Amino acid sequence: MSTVTVTINGQTVDVPVNTTVLEAAKQIGIDIPKLCHLKDLNEIGACRICVVEVEGRRNLPASCVLPVEEGMVVKTHSKRVLEARRMNVQLMLSVHPQDCLKCVRNQNCQLQALTHDLGVREGFPVDYDPTPLDQGAVIHRDPNKCILCRRCVTTCEQVQGVTILGALERGIETVISPAWHGSLGDVSCTFCGQCVQACPVGAIYERNDTQIVWDMLNSEDYVVVQVAPAVRTALGEEFGLPAGTDVTGKMVTALRRLGFNKVFDTNFTADVTIMEEGHELLDRIGKQELPLLTSCSPGWIRFVEEQYPQLTKHLSTCKSPQQMFGALAKTYLAKEEKVDPKVIKTVSIMPCTAKKYEAERPEMKDSGFRDVDAVLTTRELALLMKQAGVQLDRLPEEEYDAPMGMSSGAAVLFGQSGGVMEAALRTLLAAYPERVKLVQNDGVSQVLIDGEQVEVKVVSGLSQARQVLEDIANGKNTAQFIEIMACPGGCINGGGQPTVMDPELRQDVIAKRRSAIKDLDKAAAIAGSHENPAVQRLYETFLDHPLSSKSHHLLHTQYKPKVQDPVKNSHYDHTGTGAN
Amino acid sequence: MCQSSVLNTDSLSKIDAIVEKYRGAPGALIPVLHAVQAEFGYLSQDVQARVAECLNIPAVKVSGVVSFYHFFTDKAKGRFEVGICMGTACYVRGAAEIVREFEKHLGIKMGETTKDQKFTLSSTRCIGACGLAPVVTVNDDVYGKLTVDKVKDLVQSYREK
Repeated sequence: MSTVTVTINGQTVDVPVNTTVLEAAKQIGIDIPKLCHLKDLNEIGACRICVVEVEGRRNLPASCVLPVEEGMVVKTHSKRVLEARRMNVQLMLSVHPQDCLKCVRNQNCQLQALTHDLGVREGFPVDYDPTPLDQGAVIHRDPNKCILCRRCVTTCEQVQGVTILGALERGIETVISPAWHGSLGDVSCTFCGQCVQACPVGAIYERNDTQIVWDMLNSEDYVVVQVAPAVRTALGEEFGLPAGTDVTGKMVTALRRLGFNKVFDTNFTADVTIMEEGHELLDRIGKQELPLLTSCSPGWIRFVEEQYPQLTKHLSTCKSPQQMFGALAKTYLAKEEKVDPKVIKTVSIMPCTAKKYEAERPEMKDSGFRDVDAVLTTRELALLMKQAGVQLDRLPEEEYDAPMGMSSGAAVLFGQSGGVMEAALRTLLAAYPERVKLVQNDGVSQVLIDGEQVEVKVVSGLSQARQVLEDIANGKNTAQFIEIMACPGGCINGGGQPTVMDPELRQDVIAKRRSAIKDLDKAAAIAGSHENPAVQRLYETFLDHPLSSKSHHLLHTQYKPKVQDPVKNSHYDHTGTGAN
Repeated sequence: MCQSSVLNTDSLSKIDAIVEKYRGAPGALIPVLHAVQAEFGYLSQDVQARVAECLNIPAVKVSGVVSFYHFFTDKAKGRFEVGICMGTACYVRGAAEIVREFEKHLGIKMGETTKDQKFTLSSTRCIGACGLAPVVTVNDDVYGKLTVDKVKDLVQSYREK
């Protein structure tokens, strides 16, 4: 590959042709600040923070979109550059609310950090026409905070392939919004929350439900909490612990001290999900329409319902572990603990923003009570703990309560992409050695069920999910059982997880969360869901057997095609040309 | 074939026919929107949604283009579009008072349309008839050297059309 030699701040560096000045500088340890840049995804030179001085040029070009040229001489932090950078920040601040202290992203905001680092202490008069907030769904938007970096737009379009956010109007009136200045609640938003993760400031965030939970904890109700698998290897980040620290035991202690009557584990119902979904697969082979698509991820469910309603029949009828937990808490647990289900309140801690929406789905009340009463994201749990003075790393480690706190290693794998598949196969192979056989073990891709070859597949991120659905619609799909998670990499990278402020560190943080999940599986005393004695007891004393009528009543649902609202329509091809 | 819409079948087939003409052409959206606006007079949300669906592009992209270009409008225009020239010559000869008078007699503000869909009040840039300032156009008719006291009769004459 041919290289180019450039001089940056007096140092020469050889880099491949087409490298940007931003990247070249990084290679020699120079960090050029930026706000709109997401590597390989959003390189548009919009924020003008990464401007540099290039010898022989009159203007200050944006280094994120400036390819190196032979002999180029660049200054990245000269007086002129710093003055321009400061002025660009001052201009942003002149149309930005000055309420950092009360902002959801206070101390976790790239604009705030940049303002501080550049030493911007004064600025232009603040003058903008306030735009109303969008509070019509579980994800809220504050367009006033928006700096028009387009990171959410690109993420929604390129990573998730949903494309409900875009730029409307022009010039100073530009606003990032769903079509026609609508609310996220009016469009086909999946509430995956990847836009929340992409936002450098406090312009998109989840609905704050912490007060609801405080009110429950201060009431006479019997409040039980469940914690999703991916939370335990990410929560520590909110308390300054290194990424990938498993805080399960300390978190359980903290939740108990917060006043929850019982501290349970969503992993328990992840095991139940495997029992139900595994049997659903066995049941569907040769009978019903395949492929069977997993149904744990509510953002994914909404994506199918909104964009491919004709394919909802492929979705597993299993409710997600969160909803199964709620239904069992208000029936099985009520019976076990002899508590009136009326006074049981279920709170879940989820790495997910879409779980808030899922809990509010009107059909999710098969026990006669709403399955899940409140959902907090990992971030909100951290807030709750901080408000209660919890010093997470100094707490002793305690165990989850029985009976809905016991789980297998397979269950914790639900926290990352591929985990549901791994858990399902682990149980099917072990529990039904006669019926289910592994054909090919490299990457676990094929099994034989009742002599029929079953190809399995794992997909995460809605862009990839769309491809799967397109393949099914066009008859090109070859797999019979497909695990799909809305967020790339699965729940460890969920929209409700701790925000990684520097986008360049994000993939590394997610990899550490993932590896901690895998370690938890390896360390688990029980490997497979079917071996979980608490789950065995649930079936013996309450549910009877997987897919029993009681299971069907409480733990399953029917995802049906909805009537399409044309205004919500956002189905499109990926060529983006409008030609098809 | 596009599937769903709240528009009536006549409107639907008009949009479909326009889209069909441009199908396959790169950058079809803007010419389609021009043609559809020429047909309907404006681009309502329903019309935009239909265009998005037929062209198979996200609704927010259509909404973005329609709101970006000033030529496109998402609001219904009245049968008579009153254009008041706000160029320098007209302005110094009293265009602002003329605007107030129209607003009074039509009961709407600048940029709005009367409930009966008969009148839309809009401002225009210089139309090059400075010698006649202040100038007002109603669709293709031009009224020069307009005075405040003539506005009432002018409005009335179009009401009766």
